[in-house]
Amino acid sequence: MYLKNFLASSVGQKFLVALTGLGLSGFVLMHMSGNMLLLVGAEAYNKYAHAMITNPLIIPAEIGLVVMFLLHMSVALKINWDNRAARGTGPGRRPSNSDKDARFASRYMVLTGVLTFVFLVLHLISFKYGTYYETELHGEKVRDLYRLVAEEFHKPLFVAWYVFAMLILFAHLAHGFSAVFQTLGLASVRNCTVKKLGWTFAAVVAGGFISQPLYFFFFN
Amino acid sequence: MKLNLKIWRQKGPNDSGKLVDYPVDDVSPDMSFLEMLDILNLKLVHDGVEAIEFDHDCREGICGSCSLNINGNPHGPDTGTATCQLHMRRFKDGDTIVVEPWRAKAFPIIKDLTTDRKAFDRIIAAGGFVSVNTGNAVEANAILIPKHNSEKAMDAAACIGCGACVASCKNSSAMLFVSAKVAHLAYLPQGNPERKMRVRNMVAQMDEEGFGSCSNTGACEAACPKEIKLENIAMLNREMLKALCD
Ligand code: SF4
Ligand code: FES
Repeated sequence: MYLKNFLASSVGQKFLVALTGLGLSGFVLMHMSGNMLLLVGAEAYNKYAHAMITNPLIIPAEIGLVVMFLLHMSVALKINWDNRAARGTGPGRRPSNSDKDARFASRYMVLTGVLTFVFLVLHLISFKYGTYYETELHGEKVRDLYRLVAEEFHKPLFVAWYVFAMLILFAHLAHGFSAVFQTLGLASVRNCTVKKLGWTFAAVVAGGFISQPLYFFFFN
Repeated sequence: MKLNLKIWRQKGPNDSGKLVDYPVDDVSPDMSFLEMLDILNLKLVHDGVEAIEFDHDCREGICGSCSLNINGNPHGPDTGTATCQLHMRRFKDGDTIVVEPWRAKAFPIIKDLTTDRKAFDRIIAAGGFVSVNTGNAVEANAILIPKHNSEKAMDAAACIGCGACVASCKNSSAMLFVSAKVAHLAYLPQGNPERKMRVRNMVAQMDEEGFGSCSNTGACEAACPKEIKLENIAMLNREMLKALCD
């Protein structure tokens, strides 16, 4: 009974967003690290991609991811809806342009989140459901994802959009990752270590993702 | 000093209200902000115009009655200061100052700059207290409290219930206020017996009043005249989690 009330309360809903956010943070970190193999070479990357695609656990993992994404987005949007309804009205000056205002990243979580979602959809279309090239790896026919990635990462507009999207993700993670600690009641967002952790995590993930297209565009 | 004041005038809860210009001269830098409004009101009454209504009581930063959004800043430009402690020397000759009431659904405007903040009283009534059987005062040292805890409890207890946290928040969230009240009692042994019930009921009441929820922007902390810390909200979340199992 308490659980039901908890999940219905504002604190409980934030808790859901934080937990799923933490799960998704783990996913982007893994995804970024795995993709670093792009810098190693075609064979290493294709081998890794093949192992991922053929892993029997990939379907349950994907279902889990989709559920996390849907929960994270729907609960966050619902909270945002309620929060907008809680605001006062009036044509005059708002706290949002005052000296004591909060930072950009924290104020625009919904905007950066929605942009990240748009990126995600386009990203899936261009890669997961993109052109299917084949190559041979130790006598086995596998998908040549490396070739597709290399092709895309040589298009200037694609690279620019990709880098932009990762900067947006950086802003989202910089606030989100440290806010998780606060919402789960582990430590305050004002805690110096928590703050640094948030920025570092966001910088590592976004920096890693940005390094990949730039490497192809300029050096490969 | 000469100032151009733009003050929110609203006849009643259902009036749409508007900003009205009030040019004033002869403002002394030694006046407090509220004294400056008093003098403007004297002049208005003298001219047959209805006085501007605003909330105030102690005028020394302890009661939480005063409010005012001053140039978009709840309690004015300074940190750790209530509106009643703000002085005109903080402004420059010729400044334009926009004065508005708190803006939040849960704090409806009564008239001009006054808002109905009874929602906070109802949250306190839901659990922000310790039930004791009255009798003789208990010996002060009968219950030992670690210094660290008493300090934290005192810091949280400094909240004067003004509502600036709600006014500053883009979500109109009351979590800084509620967390200060919950933390204040949670740090003390006296608050322990009713601990779980308290946090559950206070959060439920807060939600029912129509306040938004915290998205950790920290605007409240910057606006709070008593410098209540965001870590109290982490504590509130923790208390809610602990109250899950009973
Ligand atoms: S937490 Fe600070 S801003 Fe909020 S009601 Fe208490 S004293 Fe006022
Ligand atoms: S009038 Fe009492 S705190 Fe300002």
